Amino acid sequence: MRRAIQFRLNGEAVEAQVAPHETLVEILRDAFGLHGARESCGQGLCGCCTVMVNGRAVSGCLYLASFAEGGEVSTIEAGSELDTVQEAFIECGAFQCGFCTPGFVLMTRQLLEEHPDPDDDTIRHYLSGNLCRCAAYPQIIEAVKLAARKMRKT
Amino acid sequence: MKRALSPTETPQVGRSLPRLESWMKVTGRAEYVHNLRLPGMLYGRIFRSSIAHGRIKRIDVAAAQAVGGVHRVVTAADLKEIVPDPYYGPAFHDQPVLALDKVRHVGEPVAVVLAADPHVAEEAAHLIVAEYEELPAVYDEVEAVGSKAIVHDALKPAGTFPDLKHLKGRTGTNIALDFHLRRGNAGQALAAADRVFEHRFRTQQVMHTPLEPLVSVAESTEESLTIHTASQSPSFVRSEIARLLGWPENKVRVRVPFVGGGFGAKLYIKLEALVAVLSLLTRRPVKISLTMEEQFFTITKHASTFRIKSGVTRDGRISARECEVWWNGGAYADIGPRVTQKSGFTAPGPYDIEHVSIDSYALYTNLPPAGALRGFGIPQLVWAYECHTDMMARELGIDPIEFRRKNLLRDGRPQATGTLMRDAAIEKVLDRLEVLMDWNKPFERGSGVMRRGRGIAVGFKACVSPTTSLAAVTVNADGSCIVFCSTVDMGQGSDTAMAQIAGEVLNLAAESVRVVHSDTDVTPYDMATLGSRSLFHMGNAVKLAAEDARNKLVAMREELKLPADAQIADIFKKKYGMQAGNVLGTGSFIPSYTPPDCATGLTSNATPFWMVGGTGVEVEVDTETGRVRVTRLINVADLGTPINPKIVETQLSGAAIMQLGFTLFEKMVFDEQGQLRNASLAEYKIPGFLDVPEEIINEAVTAEQRSGPFGAKGVGESGTFGVSPATANAIHDAVGVRLTSLPLNAEAVYQALVK
Repeated sequence: MRRAIQFRLNGEAVEAQVAPHETLVEILRDAFGLHGARESCGQGLCGCCTVMVNGRAVSGCLYLASFAEGGEVSTIEAGSELDTVQEAFIECGAFQCGFCTPGFVLMTRQLLEEHPDPDDDTIRHYLSGNLCRCAAYPQIIEAVKLAARKMRKT
Repeated sequence: MKRALSPTETPQVGRSLPRLESWMKVTGRAEYVHNLRLPGMLYGRIFRSSIAHGRIKRIDVAAAQAVGGVHRVVTAADLKEIVPDPYYGPAFHDQPVLALDKVRHVGEPVAVVLAADPHVAEEAAHLIVAEYEELPAVYDEVEAVGSKAIVHDALKPAGTFPDLKHLKGRTGTNIALDFHLRRGNAGQALAAADRVFEHRFRTQQVMHTPLEPLVSVAESTEESLTIHTASQSPSFVRSEIARLLGWPENKVRVRVPFVGGGFGAKLYIKLEALVAVLSLLTRRPVKISLTMEEQFFTITKHASTFRIKSGVTRDGRISARECEVWWNGGAYADIGPRVTQKSGFTAPGPYDIEHVSIDSYALYTNLPPAGALRGFGIPQLVWAYECHTDMMARELGIDPIEFRRKNLLRDGRPQATGTLMRDAAIEKVLDRLEVLMDWNKPFERGSGVMRRGRGIAVGFKACVSPTTSLAAVTVNADGSCIVFCSTVDMGQGSDTAMAQIAGEVLNLAAESVRVVHSDTDVTPYDMATLGSRSLFHMGNAVKLAAEDARNKLVAMREELKLPADAQIADIFKKKYGMQAGNVLGTGSFIPSYTPPDCATGLTSNATPFWMVGGTGVEVEVDTETGRVRVTRLINVADLGTPINPKIVETQLSGAAIMQLGFTLFEKMVFDEQGQLRNASLAEYKIPGFLDVPEEIINEAVTAEQRSGPFGAKGVGESGTFGVSPATANAIHDAVGVRLTSLPLNAEAVYQALVK
C-alpha cells in the first residue's frame, strides 16, 4: 500500500514511502526524525503540528502526507540561524513548556508576511488557531510586535 | 547559543535572563518523551471501559489478536504473571494497572493491544469486546457519602502515610479520608454572633490538558528496567514501580527530559506501571502515548461542594467559621486524600478567626480520577470563601476591601491550625490590589445592555510538608559547573532558576551552568515537582550543594597554599598536575514539620512557607446574552524575593489565564450514566488568544521568605487563587446576580439574570 512520493523538505529534495492514511506529521517524525511539528489534540485545533506546505501553514496532524507530493514542505527545523521571530520569542519570554512554540513561530512568520505592522486585534485573531496551555499569550503578543518592529527596520 | 565558562561578580539571583533552553524550544529541538522511538518498539493502544461501574464478566480479545501485525493483546490476567498484586497509588493502593474484576469509571483501561504500527494497534483495539454486569453508580460527591453504590469494597491505604493507617480494610464506605479540625468552639460562637451567614458553593470537574499528552516508554532487560516518562515525579515512579515488581530501587531507572506541560497531571503513576509490565511481558520496548481524548479519562481536577457558615460581630469582625468540604475524587484516590487534608486546613481563608471548625471529606465516585491541578485544592476553597466574604461584606454594607482588611490574618497571628503566620504578606497584597484597581475612585458601571463591574479576592496556600529534596553540584577542572537535581522542568523555568542559584553561590554566569535532567540513576532523590515546592525545597538543596562545592574548593586551595584570588582551573592543575578531577558538593533539604493532632487537627508547624495570591477583575456583562468578558485582570502575589522576575511574571499571568478558563467555560460534562460528553478540544475549550483579557497586570509585592533560597519561594500556583471568586464578585457588582457554581458561562449568567 505504500508508495514513494517526492517533495522538497526544508530546501532539500527528498523521497518517502507513505501509506494513504499517514499524515504529514507522522512522515516528518518517522521518516525524517523531525519532531518540531507534533501532534497534540489530533483535530487540527491546537496548532502544535503546524507545518508550512507551499508557503502556507497547514495542520500536519490532519494533512495527509500524500498531498505533499511535488510540494515544498518547510518545518521549524529549516535554517541553522535563529530568525527575528525566534529571537523575539526568546527576548520576550513568549513560551514556557515549549511544546506549542514551533507552531506559534511558524504562524507568526506567516502573520508578519501578510501584516508587517499588526495591531493587537490582528495578532489575536490571526493566532487564535494556536493554543498555549501555559498561557504565554501576553508575552507572545509582545514578541510578535517586537519582531514586527525589528523586521520593518531591516 | 554558546555557553562560555564565565566567572562573574554580577549577581545571578534577580536577573531576568531568558530560559536556558530557549534555543532548543524555539527551534523545535527540545527533548520530550513524545519524540522518543526505540529500536523494536511496540506501541500500546488501550481498550477502555464503556460503563461507569460493573463487574467484568468476559473480555473477548480473539478478533483483535487476529489482526495482522498485532503482537499481543494484554489484559489484567496477563499482568498478574509479573505483578501478583497490581494495585498502585500515592495515598491508597487502589488503582489496578488494568481493570481487575471490576471497572469503576467510564474510560478505565481494561486491555492493551501491542503492535509495531500504532495504527494497527488502534484498529485492533476497536475489535475487543467486554461484557459487564452493571452495578449501581454514584457521581455526586455529597451523595457519595451515604450512597448504597460503593466504589471500593475495602479501603487500601498505602501505608506510607501514618495518618491513613487507621483506614485500612474499612468497608461499606466511599469516604477515602475525613479530616477534621477544631479550634475554639465554633458552634457556641456562631450561636452568640450578631449575624450569621451560610452559603454553599460548587466547582466543576475540569482537566489539566497539557499539550504534550501523557506518554511513557519502558525498555527492559532480564532484571532491569528503564522508564522514559513525561512525569513530574521520577523518584516516586522509581520506588512505586520497584515496589510493584518486588525489585530493589537500583534496578529501576526513570528518565525525564523536558515535559510539555504538567500542571499536576503527570504526577505519581499514570502510564508508567502499564508500560513497565508490558515491556517485561514482551521483552520489547513499549510506548504508550495518550490522545487528547484519553487524557480526560486519566486524571482531572476535583469537583467540590463547600458549605461555609460564618458568625460576624456588629462591627464586622468574623468570630466563627464552620467549613464542610466534599471533594469528588473519582474512582481512584490518587493524591485526593492529601488535597483533603493539606489544603483542607486552609478552608477558613486568610482571616483571623478565633473559633473554627473544618470537616473535609475525600469521596470515591464513579467518575474519572481526580488529583492535583495547579493549586492542590486551593482554588476550589478560595472560590467559596472569597465569594462568601464578598456576600457578607455587601450584606453588612461594608466595602469588600475594608471588610477583608478588618479580618486579615496578620504575621505572628495563628492560622486555623494554630501555626503562626510568618512571611505572608497578605495585607500588602490586598493593599496593592486596592491601588492597582483604583478601588477608591468612581467606577462607571454603565446603564444599557452592557454593564460593568469589578471584584477582588485573596487566597493563600500552605506548602505541602514535610517533603525532601536532594541535589548535587560538581565543579569541573576547568571551573565549569553541573547541577544534578530531579526537579522536572515542565515550563516553569526550574532549570534556569537552579542555574541562577548555583551561579550565585559559585560566582558563575547562570548561562554557563548546566542542569542535568532527572535520571534516577544519576540525579538524587526529590519528592516531586508539585505544589510550588521546587524553588523553595530544591532551591535550598542546590544552594547547599553549591556551598558545599565552594567550601571544598576553598579547602583545596588553602591546602595547596594558593592565593585567595586563584582561578579554579589553577587549583585543579596544581592538585592533579593537569586539568583533571572535580569536586562534588551535595545538599539535602527537609523542612521541620509537626503533624496535626489526630483529634483536633491542630499543629504548631503546618508548613515551611505560605503562598499568597490576590486577584482583581473588571468585567463587562452582556445582559441580553449573559456573556461575560474580563477586560482587566490584576494578579498580585507574595512570592518572596524573585530569583528571575521575568519568569515569575509569566508564571503569574499564565496561572491566572489558565484559571480564567476554569472560571468562565471549562467543564467536563457527564450524562446520567457517567459518560463524558465533551472529551476533545473541539468541545472542551481551553483559553485561546481571544479569551485573554485586554489588560493584565502582574505584580510581586516586595517581600522576603527568610527560610527560602535568597529570600525566594514558589509561585506556580499563586496566580490561580483569586481568579474565580474575583470574577463572580465582579459579575455581582455589574448585574446584581450571585452565581455559586462554576463555570460562570453565558448560560449560567443568563439564567440567573432572567430568574
